[in-house]
Parts: sequence; structure tokens; C-alpha cells
Amino acid sequence: MAKAKKTTKTKKATKTKKVSKSFSLGVKGGGYKTVGGAKLKDKDIKSEREKSIGQHIGYRYDVNLIPDYKKLTPFLKTYIETMGWDDLNWLEDVHMGYEGDKPAVFDRNANGWITVPTKMKLPNGQQERDMLARELLIKFQMSSNHPLVALKKTYVKGDNFKLNE
Amino acid sequence: MAGIAKKQNTAFSDENLSGRTQQLYFNPTEEENYTYYGNVEVDFNKRTSIDCTDLEARTLNQKIRDVMKKGYGTVVIKNPGAKHSLGVGILNKLNVIFEGSLGYFGVGCIDGPTVRIKGRVGWSCAENMMAGKVLVENNAGSCFGAALRGGDLIVKGNAGARTGIDMKGGTILIGGNAGAFTGFMMQRGRIIVCGDVSANMGDSMYDGMIFVGGEVKSLGSDCVEGEMNEYEIRWLEQKLNNAEINSKTPVSKFKKYVSGKKLWNYDNLEPSERKGILG
Repeated sequence: MAKAKKTTKTKKATKTKKVSKSFSLGVKGGGYKTVGGAKLKDKDIKSEREKSIGQHIGYRYDVNLIPDYKKLTPFLKTYIETMGWDDLNWLEDVHMGYEGDKPAVFDRNANGWITVPTKMKLPNGQQERDMLARELLIKFQMSSNHPLVALKKTYVKGDNFKLNE
Repeated sequence: MAGIAKKQNTAFSDENLSGRTQQLYFNPTEEENYTYYGNVEVDFNKRTSIDCTDLEARTLNQKIRDVMKKGYGTVVIKNPGAKHSLGVGILNKLNVIFEGSLGYFGVGCIDGPTVRIKGRVGWSCAENMMAGKVLVENNAGSCFGAALRGGDLIVKGNAGARTGIDMKGGTILIGGNAGAFTGFMMQRGRIIVCGDVSANMGDSMYDGMIFVGGEVKSLGSDCVEGEMNEYEIRWLEQKLNNAEINSKTPVSKFKKYVSGKKLWNYDNLEPSERKGILG
């Protein structure tokens, strides 16, 4: 098993190297395929400025999209009740975005994009995707395996912020 | 970070740390929890009170944590006396009621609690709030909700200048009027003002939305009027109901303001892309 893993990693490393060699802004050929490790499609790059720099400006989804509460999932309903709130509260700002060309959710506590597994089937609408993103983020932020837990265990100062285990 | 393999078991599948970010993946087998790991369990029906008359901010904040650890879910703070920095850093679900006014930097850096303040608040109330709900029954000072990250921040009266300065998420609701430079440099989130707004509203805003029921004295640099959609109208009605605010202006008459995005300037390439070219 370990041997197989090693092979995958080597293959991945070779792939990355290839990507950086074929790095192109795509101005001549109009490819815009690989920029800084992100695979972008022609149709995703729209404005003249984006074309000139070969990458997206700003978010690739609507950060101001207001949640459609008709699409609320049972898990999120329970979360809202548990916290004693009336609505999604801070989750209203959570959306399904992209890390490169992969669907991902930004975790503010880990300060990074968390990629959605490729096997997971995503709904078509952005509202439904946002609800899924919120659900995933809650499950993982509240997990005992979240990276912040390990950080807290190592670096937390004072009794007040120690984990209640 | 390139080539560093993650060794410990985390919530994310085992991946090589390389490329643009840490490449974290969701683990589909993760169990379902509703509160942060290591937080204390509290019962909202278990109620206690603390008299703040002879207490300093540090002592009161410690007492709040102590009763929280005992399982009390509702804490009433009597005689807060407009002291500064009360109720800061609560990272747990909790119901806090202040029977009086707060000074500067009240309930800052909180993540989760529901707070009701039966008085007014000074500068920078709920600055850097991550999640939760704060309701102020009277007026608020300047920099209300500065650098807000998430949650609902409500003032039934008026709010001072620079409300929502540098906010990066969350919702600020103002039942009355808002001061100058409201939404200054806001990057994300929503501000709702039922009354009028003073000069330079939304100055240098990068993103986010400001909804105004009254008149705006003047718009700041790169703040433009936008169009409201059906989700937003429904959402506004719901938010105002939840916040116990009766707006004189019907929701359909509210105006929406957004960033004109003319101040968006980005360096041509990120450091990683530059490295890619040179490599």
C-alpha cells in the first residue's frame, strides 16, 4: 500500500513540473489553460484586463448572494437551533467557490480553501451548492480533527482557552 | 510548504502539502457536531446573574467564563456602568444580557454568543465578531462593528461614524440613522440602515452591500446604487423581523448600494506565477 502511495506522489510531482514548463499566459494562442497551477477555461476569463493578465480578478462566484432559506437542509436547521439563532448567522457569508478548477469552501479558521472530494456529486444550482458548502464547513470546523484543535493543544495560553476534553 | 507530507490525522484526507495552498480536502467520514470541539456544554435554561458594580472588566470577564464552565447558559450582568471591554472573547454559545450600558470595545472578538444590551454602547462595539448575535437597545458610538467577520449586529437607535469600517462579513442592522463614512473600506457583508446616512457612505468599499431606507447625504468614492433582487427583499424582511426593528420605510422602497469596482487594482501576477515564469 505504501509503495503504491509513493508511486502516486512521484507521478504528481512530475505532473507539476510539466505544468510549470508549459506555463503560458495564453495571449498568443488564446489558451489560458494553466496559470500558476490553476486550470482555467477560456469562457471563465471575460474582461480585457483578465485576458491581459491571464487570470481571474476577484471572486469566481457571487459573494453577495443572499441565501435562499427554502433550500435550508435539516442539518443546518439543527445547527441554528443548537446555537439559539434565528437564521444562518455567519454562514450567510459561506459559499461554494473554487480552488484552482476544483470546487472548494473557504475555511476562515484554517485560513485556506478546503477542496470538496471529486467523488461527491454537486447539485446544479449555486443556492443548493452553498447550502452543501455550509454543511460541510460546519462538520469539519466542529471536528476534533480540525487543524485548529492541534494548534490549540500546542500553543494555547491560559486556562480560559484550553480545550474542555 | 512544497513536498511536506502531513503526518498527523486531521479532518482532511492525507495530502501532500504543495502548490498554491495547503491542499486540504474534506473527509467524507467526519462525524457531525454542532459546536466547536473543546467548547463547554451550556444550558440556556440555566440562569445566573453577576453584579458588576465593584468589578473590573478583567474580573467580570473571568466570572462569565467561570459560570459558563458550570453549565449556565444565560448570564445577566447587572450594573455594567459603561465600563470598557466587557464581555470580550466569548468563544462559546451563551446567552448574555447586560442590564445597562457598555463603554468602549464591548463584546469584541466573540464567536457564538447571543448578547442583549439594555442600554447604549461606546466605540467599536463587537469589533472583530466572528459569529453570534448582538442587540443594542439604544444608540451606538463610532466604529460600530469594526472589522466584523460574521454574525448579526443590531442597534435599535442610531449608530456613529465609520459603522462597519473594514467589515469582512456579517450583517449590521441600524434601526435609526448612521454617521459619516458608514461602510468605509468594507470588503464583504451587509449593512442595513432604516433611517438616513451621513456623508461619504461606502467610501472605498471593495465589496458587500449597503441597504438604506432613508436618505443618503453623499456617496463615497466607488460606491454606486445597485438593484435589489427577490432574495434580498425577502431576506431584508426576515432580518428586520428577527431584529425586532419596525422600519418606517417598507422594505420594497429600500435602496441598495454596492461597490463600483473601479478601485480594484491587482498586481499583474501573484508571486507563485512569477516564480512559474522564471522557473
